[in-house]
Order: sequence, then structure tokens, then C-alpha cells
Amino acid sequence: MSDDAGGSAAAEAGLKGHDTAVASFEEETGSGLRHIQRILHEFPTVVPLVVLLAGVVIFAFAAGSRFYAPFNLSLVLQQVTIIATLGLAQTIVILTAGIDLSVGAIMILSSIVMGRFAVVYGVPIGIAFPLGLLTGIICGLINGLLVAVVKLPPFIVTLGTWSVYAALVIFVSHSETVRSQDIEAIAPFLQFTGRIIKVGGGAVLTYGAILMIVIAVALWYVLNRTPFGRHVYATGDDPEAARLAGINTRNTLIAVYTIAGFICALAGWVTIGRIGAASPLAGQDANLDAITAVVIGGTSLFGGRGSILGTLFGALIVGVFRNGLALAGLDSLWQEFTVGILIIVAVTIDQWIRKISA
Amino acid sequence: MRLNFAKAAIAGVMFAGLFAGTSAYAAGPIVGLITKTEGNPFFVKMREGAQAQADKLGLTLKTYAGKFDGDNDSQVAAIEDLISAGAKGFAIVPSDSSAIVPTIAKARAAGLLVIDLDTPTDPITAVDATFATDNRKAGNLIGAWAKGTLGDKAATAKIAFLDLATNQPTVDYLRDQGFMAGFGIDVKDPNKYGDETDPRICGHEMTGGAEDGGRTAMETLLQKCPDVNVMYTINEPAAAGGYEALKAAGKDDGSVLVVSIDGGCPGVKNVAAGIIGATSQQYPLKMAAMAMEAIAAFAKDGTKPTVPAAGFIDTGATLITDKPVAGVNSITSAEGLKICWG
Repeated sequence: MSDDAGGSAAAEAGLKGHDTAVASFEEETGSGLRHIQRILHEFPTVVPLVVLLAGVVIFAFAAGSRFYAPFNLSLVLQQVTIIATLGLAQTIVILTAGIDLSVGAIMILSSIVMGRFAVVYGVPIGIAFPLGLLTGIICGLINGLLVAVVKLPPFIVTLGTWSVYAALVIFVSHSETVRSQDIEAIAPFLQFTGRIIKVGGGAVLTYGAILMIVIAVALWYVLNRTPFGRHVYATGDDPEAARLAGINTRNTLIAVYTIAGFICALAGWVTIGRIGAASPLAGQDANLDAITAVVIGGTSLFGGRGSILGTLFGALIVGVFRNGLALAGLDSLWQEFTVGILIIVAVTIDQWIRKISA
Repeated sequence: MRLNFAKAAIAGVMFAGLFAGTSAYAAGPIVGLITKTEGNPFFVKMREGAQAQADKLGLTLKTYAGKFDGDNDSQVAAIEDLISAGAKGFAIVPSDSSAIVPTIAKARAAGLLVIDLDTPTDPITAVDATFATDNRKAGNLIGAWAKGTLGDKAATAKIAFLDLATNQPTVDYLRDQGFMAGFGIDVKDPNKYGDETDPRICGHEMTGGAEDGGRTAMETLLQKCPDVNVMYTINEPAAAGGYEALKAAGKDDGSVLVVSIDGGCPGVKNVAAGIIGATSQQYPLKMAAMAMEAIAAFAKDGTKPTVPAAGFIDTGATLITDKPVAGVNSITSAEGLKICWG
């Protein structure tokens, strides 16, 4: 025993002049950049918020008083309502490290079902409207089952269902638009989301925008204040660890895709409100625009990190830049150009923030 | 895995059901029809017109469509498919006027008759014949009508242009520039919009030829020029979307003149309702039927259609309005409704 102690003392003596600490965590260096990185890691929504505010300030100078008039700013909100609503659906899917490429197609299919059944087939609105919502729920459920039960990659599943749902849009609509005036006469409830409330100062709010905010608040509550919400984040962060922790990742995934389908159907209702009609031509770019909003909003495509509020900011950023550039008199190709730059910047910042956990 | 098998079985049954619904193959010569998308009623009507004519002439029609407007790859694959199937010829609405040309050359070298419909190829001589609406003339008609309707006020008009896409496909600039010429605007380069300096132009925004694009585009232009009093639109869905923007701004009282091009049934109904002031109607059914006749004649004895000096065979465009203007020929919306498509 004493021999051992003596030997160990000798060994200690040999270590003289070396760092005697066994193991320790690296202390925060306190450098400014690293500090910012830490803040961003904790509050990822700060980046899109700063970009949004910067955009508003820049265009207030570049595009003049027309831009920051209350009416114009509320117009931007109206213009992004559809994309933001779809973006909310996309956010919860991406949080699980998945992707849903069929959101745009589900939205249009639901709007066509609502419009066509109510106006062309004369089904009472009390049945046609829930039927449209049910369409979205079923589409989402199919995605969820294929991802969680058949265990196919979400990208492949929704690439396939995107085509299937888009084909059903043509099948159900007969490629015909249900005119705004016919919907107004027969099923005005479908245009409810397009009705406006004057807020004051010239600003107007649509019921569609209010619906979007209600969905966002509900999703925020579910994701941040319920066990299910934590399961969604955990499933996206590390599905194996989540499973070992006792989370039923299969049911979580099915629920997420189904909820996304339901939100897409609501987005379909918002679409009818905005364009008046139920048109198979609408929403061609909605899919990618929604993913763009999610990415610019700071939600990581690798899952597990991101926020509902970020997506709303992301959609607003795209809307503000498009509107501002147009009012500043720039050609529409520069609007595309700018949105592309925004995506790359957003992903670069995301990668930089991720390094903190590496 | 058992689950997968069950799913595959269900899918198989569904596909069998779908194919059972299509008509049985006839023995006649094979002809093709390739359109831009299945989502647009214009192309759906075109397909119906081609099918009816093909049945009458004893041809076996194979139809193809791209996944979206601008989808060149699907059209290339369709042409390759038709060549290997031994088709006698086909009619195509090119999604990309230039990119499709080398593949069309391959088909013609293989002995197929190629008819272009609606959107001319670039160059127009890349095909055996083109049956199309004279889109510049169609634009011209609505331009002249708008000018005549405004009278003296045309000199101080403010015009919003709701165009198709940033890359300005042929149909896009032909209609836009046709309208400008008809209205009396110096178009500068007649094959490109955006280079004009006329102060009456508020701006050009892209709609994608759909309602949602039309609404956003018009909202933006109304913000830019609140005094807009003419709205030019690439097609009727864009016009319907733009009108929603006018309605939201309280400008649906007739203070803004709306003009469009297409002549689809929803569009003509909108003329009757006073939403669209005037539209130029085109005839997709006729285009497709004429193409089938040309290919049938070629399959029989090798005769090719003769192309007039203009470079293409004009299938006609008629102005539809309920407020006719002196010097511009037009028909009423009631007459237009009888011959509308979609």
C-alpha cells in the first residue's frame, strides 16, 4: 500500500511543470464573435428578425414613403400569408429532419375540392368545406404512413405524392377554374379568408392573415409547451436517442405529417380568399417558396432546431424584399436574384451557428 | 414486408383500373400531340380537339405533356418516344422555343412531319409548319380597343403590364408588344419588353399566367402607381387575379380598363360581367384539328402543308367585347361564349 503511494508520488513528481488538471471544459474566450455565436445558438430567431428590420430600413430609404406606408406594409403581410401558412406546415416537418415537397399540391387539391364541390356539384358548404379539410388531412396521413411505417425517405415519399396529388388536382378540377364571381354567389364562406378589417392608419388585415397567426400561435404552444412538441424536436435531433428515451417516434412522425396536411388544407382556404377563385393554376411556386421561408427563418434542414416565429419572419423577409425591390423600380429578375442570395446567407449563418455544438 | 406487398397489390389494381379507362388502341397510323402542361384548360381543349379529329381520320393519337410550363426535358423524352414508336408525325406546343429545336431536327431527319402549335419555335423554320394565333395581332386588337375606349384620355393613361415570366417567352413579348403598338406606344425593340421609355407605362410585373401571380403583381403596381387606369394582362387567369387586387383597392368601379387574351369560357364570362373590358379569343381546338389533318395527309401520300409568306398559318383571333369601338372589329360576349373553350 505504502509502496503504491510512494510510486504514485514519484509519478506525480515526474509530472512537475505539466498541467495537473485531469479534464476540464474549455472556458468561454469572451471574444465578441464567439459571444454572438452563442447568443444565436440560443435564440436562432434573432438572425431573421435582424434581416427583416434591416430590409425595412433599407427600403424605407431606397423606395421612399410609398414603402413604409402602413397600407403597403400590411399589403406585404397579405402577400405572404399563403406562403407563411404553408411554411408553418413545412416547419414542423423539417423539425423532424424530414421534408414535405407535396405541401403546395395538397393546398391546391384541398382548395379545388372545396370550391368544386360547393359551386359545381352544389354540395352544401357545411359539407364541402370539411371535405376539403379532410382531403388535406388524408394526404398528410398518407405521407406520414409512408415515412414512418413503410420507412421510406421523406424526400422520396413526398416527391412521389407531390406528383400524385398534382395529378389529382387535374383530375378533380378538369383543369377548370371555379370563378370568383360564382363562389361569391354560391359559397361566399370560402372567400371569408380574403375579407378585410381596417386597422387604422390605412393598414388592412385579412381574416386569412389572422388565421395564419392563430395557426402559428397554436403550433408554437404545441411545440414549446407540450410533451408532443418536445418529442417532435427530439425525433428530429436524434431519432435513435429519442426512441431509447421512450418516445414513440413512429406515431410522432405520422402525427406531424398529418398536422402538416391539415395546415395545407387551411392554406388552400386562404388561397381561395386571396385570389377569389379555386384555380388549378395557382400556387405553382408555393412549394419552393415555403421551403425558402423556412430556411431563411433559421430552421435547420438537418432537423431538431428552428422555430415557428422564424418561419413567419422568413416569409416576411421574402415579401419585404420583393415588394421593396419592385417599388424601387428594379426589374423582377433582381427580385429572384436577391431571394437566392438570402437563402445562401441564411444557410451559411446556420452552418456557422451549428459549429458551436461540434 | 407483408405490408409492402399489400400496398403494391393495391397500387397495381389502381393502375389497372386507370388503364382500363383509356380507349383501346386502334390500328391507324400513330400521331402525337405534345403540350406544355395538363393543368391549363387551353391545352386540355387542344387535346380534346386533336382526339376528336384523330378518331375521325382513323389515326392513333398518343398525347404527352410537360410537368410545368417551361419543362423542356419531358418534351424531348416525348419526341424520342414518338420516333421509336414509328409515328408519322406530331404536333407540339414547345415549352422552350429554342431548346427543343435540335430534338425536332432529329425527328424530321427520321421522317416525321412536325407541326408547331400556338407558340412558334425559334427559328420558326425549325418545323414543317406552324399553326398559331397571331399573338402580336391579338395584342394589337386589345391595344387598339383600349386606345379607342379611352379617347382623349389615352394620351395621359397609366398602364400596368401583367406579363408572363422574366425570360420573356415568344407568346409573352408578342402579346405585350402587340398591345403597345395597338395603343400607340413606341415599342423600341419589337421582340422585347421593358426597353420602352413612354411615361404612360407604370411597370411590368410577372404573373406566371395564374390568378395568385396576377393579384400580387397588380397589388405591387398599384402601390407604384395609384393612378393606374389600364390593366394589360397576358391571359384571363392573370386578369381575374389582377381584378381581385383592384377590388381590394376599391378600384373595381370601372375606373380601370382591363384587357386580356385567350377567350376561355371563364374569361368570356368575365367580359359579360364587365370585369374584363375586352379579350382576344383564340382557337386551340381548331389548331389541333388542323394539325391532325395535315399529318393524316402526310401519312397518306407525303404532302406537306404549304406555309404562307408570314411564316405560319394564322388560326385567327377575334376581339370580344360588349363595348365595341369604331374601327376595331369585334363580337359580343354572348357570341364569344358559343365558341369559347375550357
